[in-house]
Amino acid sequence: MAKATPPGTVGRSIPRLEASAKVTGRAEYVHNLRLPGMLYGKICRSTVAHGRIKRIDTSAAQALEGVHRIVTADDVRKVIPNPYYGPAFHDQPILAIDKVRYAGEPVAVVLATDPHVAEEAASLVAVEYEELPAVFDEVEAMTSKAVVHETLKPAGTFPDLKHLQGKKNTNVALDFHLRRGDVERSFKAADQVFEHTFRTQQVLHVPLEPFVSAADPGDSALTIYTASQSPSFVRIEIARLLGWPENKVRVKVPYLGGGFGAKLYIKLEALVVALALLARRPVKIALTMEEQFYTLTKHAATLRIKSGISKDGRVTARLCEIWWNGGAYADIGPRITQKSGFTAPGPYDIENVHIDSYALYTNLPPAGALRGFGIPQLVWAYESHTDLIARALTMDPVEFRRKNLLRNGRPQATGTVLKDAATDKVLERVAARMAWGKPFERGSGSVRRGRGIAIGIKASISPTTSVAIVNLYADGSCALYSSTVDMGQGSDTAMAQIVSEVLGIPIEAITVVHPDTDVTPYDMATLGSRSTYHMGNAVRRAAEDARDRLWAMAREVGLSAETTPIPDVFRKKYGMQAGNIVGTGSFIPSYAPTDHDTGQSENVTPFWMVGATGAEVEVDTETGQVRVTRMINVADVGTPINPHIVETQLSGAAIMQLGFTLSEKMTFSAGQCTNASLAAYKIPGLLDLPATIENEAVDSVETGGPFGAKGVGESGTFGVSPAIANAIEDAVGVRLMSLPLTAEAVYRALREKQGKPLEDD
Amino acid sequence: MNAVHRTIRFRLNGEAVSAEIPAHWNLVELLQNCFGLFGARESCAQGLCGCCTVLVNGRAVSGCLHLAALVDGAEVATIEQPAVDGGLDEVQKAFVEAGGFQCGFCTPGFILMTRQLLDENPDPSEDEIRHYLSGNLCRCATYPEIIKAVQLAARMRHSKA
Repeated sequence: MAKATPPGTVGRSIPRLEASAKVTGRAEYVHNLRLPGMLYGKICRSTVAHGRIKRIDTSAAQALEGVHRIVTADDVRKVIPNPYYGPAFHDQPILAIDKVRYAGEPVAVVLATDPHVAEEAASLVAVEYEELPAVFDEVEAMTSKAVVHETLKPAGTFPDLKHLQGKKNTNVALDFHLRRGDVERSFKAADQVFEHTFRTQQVLHVPLEPFVSAADPGDSALTIYTASQSPSFVRIEIARLLGWPENKVRVKVPYLGGGFGAKLYIKLEALVVALALLARRPVKIALTMEEQFYTLTKHAATLRIKSGISKDGRVTARLCEIWWNGGAYADIGPRITQKSGFTAPGPYDIENVHIDSYALYTNLPPAGALRGFGIPQLVWAYESHTDLIARALTMDPVEFRRKNLLRNGRPQATGTVLKDAATDKVLERVAARMAWGKPFERGSGSVRRGRGIAIGIKASISPTTSVAIVNLYADGSCALYSSTVDMGQGSDTAMAQIVSEVLGIPIEAITVVHPDTDVTPYDMATLGSRSTYHMGNAVRRAAEDARDRLWAMAREVGLSAETTPIPDVFRKKYGMQAGNIVGTGSFIPSYAPTDHDTGQSENVTPFWMVGATGAEVEVDTETGQVRVTRMINVADVGTPINPHIVETQLSGAAIMQLGFTLSEKMTFSAGQCTNASLAAYKIPGLLDLPATIENEAVDSVETGGPFGAKGVGESGTFGVSPAIANAIEDAVGVRLMSLPLTAEAVYRALREKQGKPLEDD
Repeated sequence: MNAVHRTIRFRLNGEAVSAEIPAHWNLVELLQNCFGLFGARESCAQGLCGCCTVLVNGRAVSGCLHLAALVDGAEVATIEQPAVDGGLDEVQKAFVEAGGFQCGFCTPGFILMTRQLLDENPDPSEDEIRHYLSGNLCRCATYPEIIKAVQLAARMRHSKA
């Protein structure tokens, strides 16, 4: 192991704090948890996409030896009278009530001490449905007679959702609109107008640790152990459901075996709470890999984009219409529609912008955040569109982007002026690494080579709060209390580096206390690349507060504040190794909400993320096979706190997006997912890697961030899909408008281009 | 459900042990329920991801597909088996140094497979590494760092030998 690191660790690639625990298999996950008297729950799920529940017959299941109890929505309502939850809409029942809205929705749960017994019994629960017409496509959902929810139920806490309360006969959960300038007049005045429609598919997070939660009813307070990215939200939402004060609900989160946006808000937590209160025993539910496919997906989307171009190659107007397939429950979809929706025109300086973005209910599994919060779908559309325009204008694609790029000091579509966003550096570094201006080997025979580039931008979700506590011990070591969840992104290490830097103590002297809502203070959630900036700032303030108190104590006892070793200050004050110094810090950025009608705001985000990818591909014209031979990921992450971890995040995000680009797609038949296993749903493995992957964080400073840093978890995903589609067109002259870019899709496009189209399946 | 139980005796990480288990348990359940060992984890439950890797008589198996009863009389080794000197072995050290993991859920499987690879082939090429470890999945996609970790482990083993 590394020797004690000297203080001043910000900017250095120190190994992760938990490295040893992870390589010895001893790291703590909820999967390891066993509680005395614990019951296991197994879920009986809906077999139809939309239907009324006529009858639930539990007799055969109940008769099985070892079954403790079978629970349906009627039982849940005995402990939680109004059992609907969700971060933006209170639309999702803990177990289906009267109706099911997607195939795979939880209808009943069997409890048993032996999970095998519970599983067998769950398969014996017989449910009769009266099937209802269903809607699956997001564009059809706009006008479909099949309506997923009788009434919209926005959470009462958000003023911007109030107008939706009680709306009937609609699948539109939320519509977001942005108006800037006059697009119609600009389209008329434009030299050329281009319009394209793109689509993306449902994909899945697939954390290798599937969803898992346990609840212990306790005597006077409830404890929830959960693989969650949002412990503070879980506490507040469970307290709301139970009508209890926050201090009666304790939420503990150890390491996560991956999250990627899946493990946010409420997933299994409300269910295990209801079950534990009913059974008066601890209850654990661990989903199987298959069940993850019925829990949360990434939004499929249809994106229409139209641009007016002036004679000199400037984009003068852009219209974006986006339909997000939210599935049966809103989850965080409406926020994606809004808070990513406003970046739909991309990192371009466009005077006239018109955006309509719709969150739609359908009878598919619910969709939520997945590493990018809607941005990868948007970039897929606008960067494919951008390339198509450049080709039509016979302009170099990099030059066309350069000409239209949004730069610091200029207003984004919301009117918020771009700041600390290194759009130009990111674009130029990708181009330079690809030697864009130099000749490119194009292959021969049946294997053709091409290259493509794409750049995207993302705003941080705002406004959100983080709070941190630094507890300095008398020997000079300390604990950091933070509810940021380390799900692999390395936040424990980065936060400890910030404390180390401020207090001037080695990293080994810092313990990061994992989220426990009775112990660690509030944090909005670990999502949207927000932790480094928001929690990083809170941690920095907490450490500075502790340092200031230490120095004050030193002065009080007549010691030099900045030079006396920490243990000496405590010993002088308390006469022995005793006492604590507690520093606190909280952070919420300033924010101006977007105008309801125009989407305008002078301060829409605390910081901007910029990510670009360059791809070189080989396409086999006889099979349609695409091989990405080189992938270059460049991002503006501010000034990295831990450069190695930052690079791993960039590269990991890009490889994950490579899966969403080339192979991953959930397939459905009448709303039933037909490939719910890793055998049929292909995530990237070692053989799928490009031969060369290069990653770069450009030289940059985020002035509002801790030590110049900002978030990085998603930036690697932005450009991957369109860069590869652009490279495929460069190689073989066909343009794919839908993801994923499979060999079949490429081959079909090649045949169509040759005038010999293949028949549909 | 009256499960058939049977008693098995085997060596676990070098110690002689026994357990009375339902005949339908898999190896992961045996390790977790009877011995409190959680380094082998069930994830895909189809033998496709490698998270449940366990060594049985020196060969890697998918613990989620391996019936527990079959290890009767066998030598079983898990990620929890300590190195000879009680610290980390070269492969573990190399994974730490190269940063060959993020969430860590798949890491025990990668480390066990890397040990087996280097036992068979002390100087694997990058291509050989990719092929040998292709049955282990890492959703955080820490693959480039894993390749570097394997190469570093090979070098560390050489300099030790």
